[in-house]
Amino acid sequence: MDTTQILTQIVFYSFAALTVFSAAVVVFARNLIHSAFALLFTFFGVAALYVFLGADFLAATQMVIYVGGILVLLIFGVMLTHKLYDMKLKAETFQFWPALVVVLAVFSTLVLVMIRTRWHDGGTQPLNPTTARIGELFMKEYILPFEVASVFLLIALIGAAMIVRRRSE
Amino acid sequence: MIGLPHYLIISAALFSLGIMAVLTRKNAVNVLMGIELILNSANINLVAFSRFSSANLDGQLYAVFVIVIAAAEAAVGLAIVLSMYRLLKSVSLDKADMLKG
Repeated sequence: MDTTQILTQIVFYSFAALTVFSAAVVVFARNLIHSAFALLFTFFGVAALYVFLGADFLAATQMVIYVGGILVLLIFGVMLTHKLYDMKLKAETFQFWPALVVVLAVFSTLVLVMIRTRWHDGGTQPLNPTTARIGELFMKEYILPFEVASVFLLIALIGAAMIVRRRSE
Repeated sequence: MIGLPHYLIISAALFSLGIMAVLTRKNAVNVLMGIELILNSANINLVAFSRFSSANLDGQLYAVFVIVIAAAEAAVGLAIVLSMYRLLKSVSLDKADMLKG
């Protein structure tokens, strides 16, 4: 094993650890703001995993939409629904131990299945830039889902505005 | 060598943590964060299978659609949480029991 491979593995495992650890902070932190900021590192780690998988377009999309959009929206949600200078941003939990048992059962089942299955190995493809091909696919084979997704986003936009607007009596 | 199971196990861990957040948290915003974790884990699976199984990019395209769904879900979910806060002065899911008989 040469140095590049070892280095790649070290970087991969550190990003994997970053992702899973900060996801655990999201779930177990007592403070809501801590959860929100740990989610930033989770999204960042997932984007790094996309880079490892050769999905450059998706990594950029992940950074722009999740970190720039969804995370800001979630932090807005935290700030608008709590008094900002109120130090009682404590997150309450309930059913902690039963949920932990269920989740551990689900996780161990998934991991067992994933390790024992002999996955079809199509060989690792060479890493090519994907953006141009994704654009072509969206404009050719996937034109209908693409249009449906855009209409869907418009509906979600209008619906969200409808739900939160102040009703004038 | 880093193979498919590595990514699958990371994704399983993210999925389990997301389920944990959905099951145990009382705060509605926190539950939304758990759902985002679950959607991210599904995305890792799609991209990993797309990389290790065949030469086409279908998995990545599906991942883009999942991101679209996640964005819409976050927007509508936050809207519902905000109107719930306006109605109940709280985002605790325990308080939202008006439909309970």
